[in-house]
Amino acid sequence: MTAIQVQDLRKTFKVQKNREGLKGAFADLFKREYTEVTAVKDISFSIPEGEICGYIGENGAGKSTTIKMLTGILVPTSGNLTVGGYVPYLEREKFVKNIGVVFGQRSQLWWDIGVIESFQLLRKVYRVSEQDFKKRLDELVERLQLQELLNRPVRKLSLGQRMRCELVAALLHNPSIVFLDEPTIGLDIVVKSEIREFLKDMNREHGTTILLTTHDLQDIEALCSRVIMLDDGRIIYDGGLEDLKQRWGTGREVQFQFGNATKRQQLELWTEGMSVTWSAENDLGASVWIPLELNVSDVLGRVVGKADITDIKIIETNTDDIVRSIYQSGSADKPEKQAAALKDEREALHV
Amino acid sequence: MSDKLNAATAMSSSSGGSSSGGPPENSRRLLFGAYLDFIRIRFLTMLAYRINYYSGILIYSLNIGVNYFTWMAIYGNGDSLGGFTATQMTSYVAVSWMARAFYFNNLDREISTDIRDGSIAIQFIRPYNYVLVKMMQGFGEGMFRFLLFMIPGMAIAMLLFPVQLPTAPSAWAGFLVMLFFSFLINSQINIITGLSAFFVENNEGMMRMKRVIVDLFSGLIVPISLFPDWLSSILKVLPFQAITYLPGSVFTGRVQGVGIWNVLGIQIVWFLALLIPIVWLYHAARQRLFVQGG
Repeated sequence: MTAIQVQDLRKTFKVQKNREGLKGAFADLFKREYTEVTAVKDISFSIPEGEICGYIGENGAGKSTTIKMLTGILVPTSGNLTVGGYVPYLEREKFVKNIGVVFGQRSQLWWDIGVIESFQLLRKVYRVSEQDFKKRLDELVERLQLQELLNRPVRKLSLGQRMRCELVAALLHNPSIVFLDEPTIGLDIVVKSEIREFLKDMNREHGTTILLTTHDLQDIEALCSRVIMLDDGRIIYDGGLEDLKQRWGTGREVQFQFGNATKRQQLELWTEGMSVTWSAENDLGASVWIPLELNVSDVLGRVVGKADITDIKIIETNTDDIVRSIYQSGSADKPEKQAAALKDEREALHV
Repeated sequence: MSDKLNAATAMSSSSGGSSSGGPPENSRRLLFGAYLDFIRIRFLTMLAYRINYYSGILIYSLNIGVNYFTWMAIYGNGDSLGGFTATQMTSYVAVSWMARAFYFNNLDREISTDIRDGSIAIQFIRPYNYVLVKMMQGFGEGMFRFLLFMIPGMAIAMLLFPVQLPTAPSAWAGFLVMLFFSFLINSQINIITGLSAFFVENNEGMMRMKRVIVDLFSGLIVPISLFPDWLSSILKVLPFQAITYLPGSVFTGRVQGVGIWNVLGIQIVWFLALLIPIVWLYHAARQRLFVQGG
């Protein structure tokens, strides 16, 4: 079953234009000029139930706007969307009972009251019965270790503590679809990985569908089987993370450990004619950068027979680099030449 | 379409999780409980910060004092002005300011802040009516103001100035009902002003203008019967008089008998009439809302 279905979704904002100078300001008084900004440009995708999908893109790419349309906050300019069987903006109050939302940058707890009081209030807002609430709260509190935080006022929590409470607040009514807008922003590594683990478990145990936006690609790597990448309001990539890495990796690095001293000059001699770059820390360790056009096995073949190798490590380009270069080029399509080279390599791998 | 969702809800409840379902009466009762909680929480929050408001009692007493002495100077030896005797005017000033101590709130500012800093997004992901929640919070604040502002302030005013108030319990009960409508109408005007932030980038000017207009046209500063005829006839078809002037006139004994019911009727009519722009603004706003700050 499909949890989220989006078809040609578009959102256009009217933005007030401020004309320059005193004359302009005066003219603005009488006749406002507006510019239309299209934040989301006819995007389509669908997310099946139980999937964790990453939604990434640069600042201003339209991620948050999409999330806000999916959660019923914004009304789309055109296009169709259904989430959990509802059209979010049409039946907002009924619809939101079934979803959970965390905005990393905004708190949904009440600043002045205790954490547990906030939860109790949300229980009533979401019409959760006392037994269900108790059961769910116990489960969440134990899982996220909030026991000693429950009686503190929200304003006295640290960011990490608050974010765990935010998660509980968004999940108390056991929603089947959860939207997370930058849930790990500003958190330390320990809290980040706790939250990732928690989300993974929740997805596995309850089959919760999760759509997550983030700038931290480790979130994506840890959680998502699928990423949707957005640039300037358009989807530029929709597919598996592994595919993305394969298609976009610019090359690989191979690290060698040698049993006896092997000079860099020697290594360069062995791989003469290949466009690889060697670097060596010392005589017993070296690494080589192999562009995608070349097969790793060819390079290895030249070295393995000749040197006394104790260890080999192949390092793929990390996702950060890949995503950065996609953002910079504004397209996830590979240039022709590189695509051809990629094909060669795939064939080689099958051999 | 909703079958799918029902299935999902059924699934989650059968798999041992909680569900937001339950019998509809029960769920309505829970939501009602939530709205009451908004009153209670705002009341308790205000109570926690009560020190900040003690100065308010002094300010309101001062306002009454300033107005009292001004009016006494104006009256001089004359005994009636716009149908008010000097004694009636004293009572009117005291009652009006004390009513304001209760009905005044900053819902306009709260709403426009929510809209301008984008936290309105959080309000829209919850299964409740944002305007109703604001109204409840306003009432929580009103309860606080009533108990810790209005009553002590009234006591001080009665000690300091020759204020004559009715002694009949029915007059007091009537006054409380009218005071409640004053609160509703004033809050509705605040909500309308606040929601305007959806449509103009900066509604600071509107909020200030509203404040002056309400204070002036509600008859708080000058009773409406003292305005020039053309203005007072305009004000009679505006909602502001229903906030201060009409209830104040009843409580100080200037309006009696059938007139009292007229006043209450006018308040109810305005309360209902003002619901229309609120509902309209709320729906129009949903269409053109854009959330600031990404």
